[in-house]
Amino acid sequence: MKHFLTILSHEVRMLIVSPNTYIAGVAFLSLMGFIFTGILEEYSKAARDVSPASAFFELYWLPVFIMVPLLTAKCLADERRLGTIETLLTTPVTTGEVVLGKYAAAYLVYLAFWGSTAGLFYILKRFAGDAHLIDPGPIVGGYLFVAVSGLLFVAIGVFTSSLSRSQSVAGILSFTMLVALIFGGRYLGSASWLDREALSPLKSAVEYAQVSQHYLDFTRGVVDTRELLFYISGTVLALIFSILSVEAKLLHS
Amino acid sequence: MADPTPTGAPAAPEQPAIEVSHLVKTYAGVTAVNDISFTVPRGQIIGFLGPNGAGKSTTMRILTGYLPATSGQVSICGFAVASEPDAVKRRVGYMPENNPLPDEMRVSEYLYFRGRLKEVRRSKLGSRIDEVLELCDLKRVRHKIIGKLSKGFRQRVGIAESVLAEPPVIIMDEPTIGLDPHQILIVRDLIASLRGRMTVLISSHILPEIEMTCDRVLIINQGRIVAQGTPADLRREVLGQSAYEIEAAGPLGSLPFLLGSIDPGLSVAAEGPMDAQGFRTIKLKTLNPEDTGEAILRACLSEGLRVRALSRAHPTLEDVFLAATRRSWDAVAQDPRTAGRP
Repeated sequence: MKHFLTILSHEVRMLIVSPNTYIAGVAFLSLMGFIFTGILEEYSKAARDVSPASAFFELYWLPVFIMVPLLTAKCLADERRLGTIETLLTTPVTTGEVVLGKYAAAYLVYLAFWGSTAGLFYILKRFAGDAHLIDPGPIVGGYLFVAVSGLLFVAIGVFTSSLSRSQSVAGILSFTMLVALIFGGRYLGSASWLDREALSPLKSAVEYAQVSQHYLDFTRGVVDTRELLFYISGTVLALIFSILSVEAKLLHS
Repeated sequence: MADPTPTGAPAAPEQPAIEVSHLVKTYAGVTAVNDISFTVPRGQIIGFLGPNGAGKSTTMRILTGYLPATSGQVSICGFAVASEPDAVKRRVGYMPENNPLPDEMRVSEYLYFRGRLKEVRRSKLGSRIDEVLELCDLKRVRHKIIGKLSKGFRQRVGIAESVLAEPPVIIMDEPTIGLDPHQILIVRDLIASLRGRMTVLISSHILPEIEMTCDRVLIINQGRIVAQGTPADLRREVLGQSAYEIEAAGPLGSLPFLLGSIDPGLSVAAEGPMDAQGFRTIKLKTLNPEDTGEAILRACLSEGLRVRALSRAHPTLEDVFLAATRRSWDAVAQDPRTAGRP
């Protein structure tokens, strides 16, 4: 792991100097600001029993679908398209270091984007002056959920980037896989054919993998180790598959 | 950089820079490299020639440890590529075909990043980057973005990068492709300046370049080495003859007899049409490698032939290349069994 930090700092640097990052960041913040304003308008009309933070983080999937493919589609697909993966892997660097370095950089930027939404809560606190609008529980839970689930979402993005030379194919693949992960579980959970006795192990597996349920638990302050394990093991698997995919493509190139 | 053989032990011969034995590489049933073996001593510049699809790039990729071999052994400075890929990668500077570079980085940033990956110490890296920028005449563009550089500069960035960590072995896949003659000259001098210090393996299509720069040449065709040696050796071995061209007028009928008296192997290969002054261009060939030009001239004059010009034809590496690759095709066409392993 000697070169992990070299690659990570290089990738972060490239993301920081790239105008695309700022365009994506502005688009992300505009979208989140727009959503936040909409929620506050709803709250100003009638009192609700959940805090605005809960309503805000409930839409976590919307930026995930857009930001994760944008941040990760390029990372390995472009290296293969340009051929720079060849110069990279003929230095004393392992495939694992390359994949992990790129993954960590994308994850840090993902966190930074989400972190910037803290400004919205700061503005609300500063100008609304209404203590019950700022409930720290759901805010902390929401950010914690974003950080933990982001591990898996970004890893899925890196994995899809390792599958194709084309950024657009990688982007569409990661979008599809994220939709399947986030909404597929919800859809299967409500499917009646899963209620049969014989399928009960499958049913419990589907319930275990309900991302929306994990979100509710986190914002309620319940941090279940099984849920943490779900994201961490999923991340490890996705990264292992990314490494294998890069190496397999070398063998058959 | 650690040397596997201690210099203090004279009994142990120095490991050759590159050692390839019985290397085979197949892709999905197609044999790209078919049982090739060669050894490159340290400090030599080796030219690697072959038509497109001959297996040059595949061989180079295996030497760098980027692709695994199907069978056979490859070692760089005594380290086996298959079992010690890290040690090999530390000793090889590689510039792939088409020289892929990240378009959005600046030249000095790119070299810094590559230097860190190649484990050049941070304290040394800055001065080393200055050195290679100077060596490759890149100082003017050090702060430019690589994507905006012209082809010649990009190519030189690739070369600068491959010599950056001062590896004992440098492998370059077509370093002069797409360059203008002036830039080719610069690159050639650059490569020649590495002679003795580093072992360089370059592939190219520009044969005069190879001939001028390289100590030895390997010609590969259809995955096999068809000829190897110094350019002069190859001329002798592959063409196996010398050729003369003479422009003469007069009684040419006695010429074959006359030639036979000088050298039994000397014969007329072709005779051109007579021009306005009565001169013909006659091509002569012989298996004798020695220069018999003077004897030919004397004999012609003594027989009353008028001679306007006499020259010994110097076969270029191009002729050698064409002859060697054609010979191997003929061999393959004659023997269908050689399509697999010999």
